[in-house]
Amino acid sequence: MTMQEFFAMGGYAFYVWTSYGLTLIVLLANIIIPVAQRRQFLRSLALKQKRH
Amino acid sequence: MFLIPDPVVRFFHRMASPPHFYALTERLMPWLVVIFLLLTAAGLYGGLYLAPSDYQQGDSYRIIYIHVPSAWMSLFIYVVMAVAGAIGLVWRIKLAEIVAISSAPVGASFTFIALVTGSLWGKPMWGTWWVWDARLTSELILLFLYLGVIGLYGAIDDKRTASRAVAILALVGVVNIPIIHYSVEWWNTLHQGPTVTKMDKPSIHVSMLIPLLLMALSFKFYYLIALLQRARTELLLRERNAQWVKNMISEAK
Repeated sequence: MTMQEFFAMGGYAFYVWTSYGLTLIVLLANIIIPVAQRRQFLRSLALKQKRH
Repeated sequence: MFLIPDPVVRFFHRMASPPHFYALTERLMPWLVVIFLLLTAAGLYGGLYLAPSDYQQGDSYRIIYIHVPSAWMSLFIYVVMAVAGAIGLVWRIKLAEIVAISSAPVGASFTFIALVTGSLWGKPMWGTWWVWDARLTSELILLFLYLGVIGLYGAIDDKRTASRAVAILALVGVVNIPIIHYSVEWWNTLHQGPTVTKMDKPSIHVSMLIPLLLMALSFKFYYLIALLQRARTELLLRERNAQWVKNMISEAK
């Protein structure tokens, strides 16, 4: 199987790769969002403690 | 209690303590990520490359490797959420409440993925993006239940009260779970019947089944990772005034 054949997915490239791409985006977002929230919150807590 | 061995009881006591949970999950995280990545790599290699095309559906069937595990996760996470909610409701364990609400966005995401990949699979195979049949409609209701849980939790300021309300909503919604599972048997539908969970003999070839099971396991680990990330954030927000959080921050400086 060549690379082209693999990516063509027997003519179903649009349906298959859209499914996989969308899944990747949603799953990544579910990790990035809570981690970013936590970092931001920890920073704001540290700032508050410094002021006291 | 005397039936449960002492170390097990002690483990759960420690896990229910916020500072222990926070520290332990931090140490656990890299291992979970490594296992998840290995399972996903093996599952995708098996599913997208090694497994042959389907004799009827060609390569379009390869959507199965995310569609079916996502659909399984959408049900599994709902049950975890409802059980954790019930534990929080009865024993007022803070961490059970946090596990329940932290599961909701992950469950909603898997439900969304199951619906969208189903649609992307349905278009070339059934000729339509969507039909209002029992399986698709009950799965859509599941998405609304998850969104309802998230919305309700956000609408109530006191998070302990919010957790009680959310637990009750989640428990009422559990009726939908067997409806989704049996919908393809109870009603006539375009959606195919179960192929894997037929205990006698799954009607799927082993070269296609193994990657599917690997992906199902990989998604379980993903859920654990995403759940713990959310739970750690939620825990900090709730415990912001607790001594252990203050100590942790002053030590980090």
